[in-house]
Amino acid sequence: MASIEFKKVTKSFGDSTVIEDLDLMIEDGKFTVLVGPSGCGKTTLLRMIAGLDPQTSGAVLIDGKDVSHTAPGQRGVALVFQNYAIYPTMSVRENIEFGLKNNKVSKEERKELVESISATVGLSDYLDRKPSTLSGGQRQRVALARAMVKKPAVFLMDEPLSNLDAKLRVHMRIELIELHKKLGSTFVYVTHDQVEAMSMADTIVLMNKGEIQQEASPDTIYREPNNLFTAQFVGVPPMNTAPLGKDGASFGFRPESAALTRSATDAWFQYKGVIMTREMLGSETIYHVKGDRYTFMIKCYEDLFAVDEPVYVGVPADKLFFFGADEKRIAKNAPGYQAYLDWLRRQVDE
Amino acid sequence: MNRRKIWETLRPYVMILPAMLAILCFVIYPVFYLLKLSFYKYNLLNKAKSKFVGVDNYEQLFAKDEFYTALTNTVWYTIATVSLTMLIALLLALWINQKKGKKINALLQAGIFTPHIISIVSIALVWMLLMDPNHGILNFLLKLVGLPPSKWLQSSSTSMMSVILVSIWHGVGYYALIILAALKSVPPTIYEAAALDNASRFKTFYKITLPMISPQLFFILIIMTIGSFKVFDTVRIMTGGGPNNSTSTLVYHIYEYRSNNLGYASATGIVLMVIIAILTFVYFRMLSKKIHYQ
Ligand SMILES: Nc1ncnc2c1ncn2[C@@H]1O[C@H](COP(=O)(O)OP(=O)(O)OP(=O)(O)O)[C@@H](O)[C@H]1O
Ligand SMILES: [Mg+2]
Repeated sequence: MASIEFKKVTKSFGDSTVIEDLDLMIEDGKFTVLVGPSGCGKTTLLRMIAGLDPQTSGAVLIDGKDVSHTAPGQRGVALVFQNYAIYPTMSVRENIEFGLKNNKVSKEERKELVESISATVGLSDYLDRKPSTLSGGQRQRVALARAMVKKPAVFLMDEPLSNLDAKLRVHMRIELIELHKKLGSTFVYVTHDQVEAMSMADTIVLMNKGEIQQEASPDTIYREPNNLFTAQFVGVPPMNTAPLGKDGASFGFRPESAALTRSATDAWFQYKGVIMTREMLGSETIYHVKGDRYTFMIKCYEDLFAVDEPVYVGVPADKLFFFGADEKRIAKNAPGYQAYLDWLRRQVDE
Repeated sequence: MNRRKIWETLRPYVMILPAMLAILCFVIYPVFYLLKLSFYKYNLLNKAKSKFVGVDNYEQLFAKDEFYTALTNTVWYTIATVSLTMLIALLLALWINQKKGKKINALLQAGIFTPHIISIVSIALVWMLLMDPNHGILNFLLKLVGLPPSKWLQSSSTSMMSVILVSIWHGVGYYALIILAALKSVPPTIYEAAALDNASRFKTFYKITLPMISPQLFFILIIMTIGSFKVFDTVRIMTGGGPNNSTSTLVYHIYEYRSNNLGYASATGIVLMVIIAILTFVYFRMLSKKIHYQ
């Protein structure tokens, strides 16, 4: 069990600074998901925790202790690599055992641990196989087992499910959540898939270009995005946003907050457009509505409209978000909020 | 339909026919011809006077002290050259591999490879100059650091060592480059995983690096063993087998009998071939389980 803390951490590769003055607290025993677009520095952050690519300046603390000068093997962390990094020359058993052997765990204890862990991840029948004879999913289990067997205080995972097919991914997601419950150790999980982030996390840390955009529970991130980036990153499809035409501010609403109607209603924000495309996803349908000024994605649970049909998009006042020129969200009780709300209503009336 | 089927079966054989013909003419036929010669007392001037003598040549061979000297010399030469070259090449490759500077690396690689592109004849001649007991630089250097000078090629106790030294110098860079390429193909994340598994440097090398480059090491071992057993050029130029037969090797032994007793030389050639074949077979039997192919 351990918390992880970043204090004014900067990381540069040569002259390019990837992360600058980052402060972050990852709580003990929580399932924290690092999410963000490709190249935003997630892997870099994870590798700093593991000690594989130490920070350029600042300090990383594990369990309150500065580990800047602690070797990766001594930090009590285990890392599941994105490409698994299984030792190809060793059998599955040797792969799982290697860390234990290096930590001078006795032979009987080792045997017991390997058996129990391999049973947990369903590898018992494969212990004497070479990794090259395993499927992608099985290799991933080897990587997981190798990390689990060390009983690490911190469990780091770098997109461990990205190479799996959709079905196995959903299955492994559930297994990981259960694993976290069972082990109770600190999990830091990297992904660029926000569905994965939403479904697994206690806390989501959303990053962009080396900066933390928001650090909150999935619920908060979804309902109260801090800024335009978060709003546009989270959700499938993400939030509709458009310039408000005043002070450089923008407004936005979730695709499922809007209602589509054939005739005008008295919704606070009303916009007339034509359905451009229709994506039927089973339980829901996503319409792409285009008007003179805006295009919106609208999610409906009933499939009532056809392509090329003229429709009204209606959004109630309490489902509207506003973002200032600095891209920060304007809170409902902030002074400018009501003015923007009124402005939006007047805009569309014309 | 039927004709097409025949063509389908024949096609692979037709395809490899040119290569097989070449191998037949230039490999298989000479080997059998060599075998035939080894049973003859061959007369180079008058072919008609050659006569079949059975295993006479072999009996003669196994009774000769010179043959055993040559064999022992060759074995020692092979053991020393192969083990030292592999060890030094491995160390060189490891050293270059952990160097970060791009320019330095390119320079080093070019540097260690250069001996390989120079003719062994030139190398041998230059080393003979260096090893001259009276005017050579090596003895000068030895004196400079206060060590006793050596007679190098001119004493039977140091001549073999001197030949081995030149062979190692000639080959080590080439093999270091092969090993270096192998080292570079090991994914770095595996080393990172090992670091997280708290593996010591020795353990990482022994349990990860070595198995990962084992195919290349095995290849080098076989190629070098075969090559060393056939050593000739350095011996021919630097010592002529001397002094006192101390550097006479199997191939040099064959060469010495090339004109006055062709049958005997052929028999020696066959024996050499058999030794190399057995050795290669033994290597495969002993080591193939330890080799990890990707
Ligand atoms: N060894 C390196 N040398 C130079 N730049 C690097 C190095 N490693 C990463 N970077 C840069 O750092 C930035 C962040 O990389 P990082 O691997 O952390 O991204 P990521 O968030 O994990 O992306 P992805 O989702 O694609 O894996 C990128 O712009 C990348 O080019
Ligand atoms: Mg990454």
